[in-house]
Amino acid sequence: MGALHEEVQGRVERLELPFNEAGIDPYGVSKERLVQAGVALGALYRHYFKIQCTGIEHIPARGRAMLVANHSGGYALDAGMLAAACFLELDPPRLAHGMAEKFLARVPFLSDWANRIGQLTGLPQHARRLLEDERLLMVFPEGVRGTAKLYRERYSLVRFGTGFVRLAMETKTPIVPTAILGSGEAVPTVANVRWLGRLIGAPYMPITPYLLAVPLPVRMEFRFGAPIEVNGSGQETDEEVERVVSTIKDRIWDLMESGRKEYKAL
Amino acid sequence: MKVLVTGVSGKLGQLLAKVLVAAKHEVIGVDRRPWPLAPEGVEMHEVDLRKRPAEAVVRSRRPDAMVHMATVAHLQGKQAARHRMSLGATKAAIDYCNRYDVRHAVFVGRHTYYGASPDSPLYHNEDEPPMASDDFPELADLVAADLFAGSALWRHPQINTTVLRLCYTLGPSRHGTLAEYLKGPKVPTVMGFDPLYQFIHESDAAHAIAACLQHGLRGVFNVAGPSPLPLSTIIKETGRERVSLPEPLFAFMLGKFGLPRLAPGAVNHIKFPVVVDTTTFRQATGFKHRFDEYETLAAFREQELVSKSDAGIGEPKY
Repeated sequence: MGALHEEVQGRVERLELPFNEAGIDPYGVSKERLVQAGVALGALYRHYFKIQCTGIEHIPARGRAMLVANHSGGYALDAGMLAAACFLELDPPRLAHGMAEKFLARVPFLSDWANRIGQLTGLPQHARRLLEDERLLMVFPEGVRGTAKLYRERYSLVRFGTGFVRLAMETKTPIVPTAILGSGEAVPTVANVRWLGRLIGAPYMPITPYLLAVPLPVRMEFRFGAPIEVNGSGQETDEEVERVVSTIKDRIWDLMESGRKEYKAL
Repeated sequence: MKVLVTGVSGKLGQLLAKVLVAAKHEVIGVDRRPWPLAPEGVEMHEVDLRKRPAEAVVRSRRPDAMVHMATVAHLQGKQAARHRMSLGATKAAIDYCNRYDVRHAVFVGRHTYYGASPDSPLYHNEDEPPMASDDFPELADLVAADLFAGSALWRHPQINTTVLRLCYTLGPSRHGTLAEYLKGPKVPTVMGFDPLYQFIHESDAAHAIAACLQHGLRGVFNVAGPSPLPLSTIIKETGRERVSLPEPLFAFMLGKFGLPRLAPGAVNHIKFPVVVDTTTFRQATGFKHRFDEYETLAAFREQELVSKSDAGIGEPKY
């Protein structure tokens, strides 16, 4: 653990973010919390899920970019691990900002933790501002529809939102198609219980065969494709935007399919 | 320039008057409250802005510009009375400017106009609607005054109207909304929440308002100082003790056990951030704050930097 702690500390120092003297950036990201979260997520990343990345060189080293990925596994475990990949595998390391579900902002402690490590509420204003500040954004266009996939549906893609493509056009942001393998195996959801979720203000609570949605120690894998430049002004009709969305969806699907041939959960 | 400042006896009003006098402006102060130690160069009128004697001052003195600060009220006193006072005073200010050819009117409002809620974004732009009256009814009069002042832009296009949404001020005067909240040795927060807070040194705030006059600014502008800090950091840096209360207990505990009394609607502003984007203002005026976040907090805590602001070291040029 000592070596990981040291490495994480070094990586936090090398993040190219405008921290103030107390180690807080203009979005409230805190160096201290990044180290704590980096150690926890890093241990899971390296030793629990033993994550492997293919094509990580496709993530730009600097400047605005969107990682657009499939979503599954009950909750945003895949997002946390994807952020860990950007932090641990890239050189210099990058902080990937996620767009958290809105209910999270109301949950004590969780919202505070998420905010301090750059995971802001999923609002279009936040996404735009982060990109204009040349940050790296994680986008899961399936949203909660994605995390709500059951185990047997884990390698399907449900309807994609379209806002991210319009935003990419307006802000001239390259899109890195990303496939996540193993997240559905890690949290094998058999049912989503709405009333349990409502207790903490969440849309649902995932239930596994062993009841609690604690992730299993399966192997996970990330596959990144070549960046896609989307041309346009953002003023296009819904149909035109939909066409771009479906090409990106196809790219992610191809990455998932090619990965599945080689992927073994255990 | 001849500048009439309403609400001049308030802490920020006094600071602004001194900045204007130092910049060789003629200052006419209007306030119901006295300012016994008003410096030379400030012509003080102890009148109610909404009453005839105040109008007589404007009529006879014919100022070039008016800075209206008489709505910056603390959240004490009766809601209805505050509402009447804030809006009545704003209406009077606009009417006098229109009637007596005042060329520039600056309305100093609050950034809390935007409101604090779980789904409000960090860094509000000026084009966003006011959400404060919804979750913080005690702020309704300030929101109404802001919008009403903004309407002068189209109702009286000949007046250069500036509406400022100024973030919390902090400094040696230990005066203002945030200062009141941080006053005691114990500062109550809501357990599990630690929002970003934006503040500006009161001296920088006065200079920012003066910069509006200098640049003949027109429109609505957010004004803030350094980058925001988490509330917990602010409490720590000001040498206070943070008392985290579970939300159901929060309202009950206020005003007891040495904790300050707060308006009931304030809870959301202690759970969620109100952070504004000031790019437009900074581009239009070239304004730069002189006190960074830690100097500002230190000034509030120790008053040791008073001399720096009053001695005019590093006085900015506009």
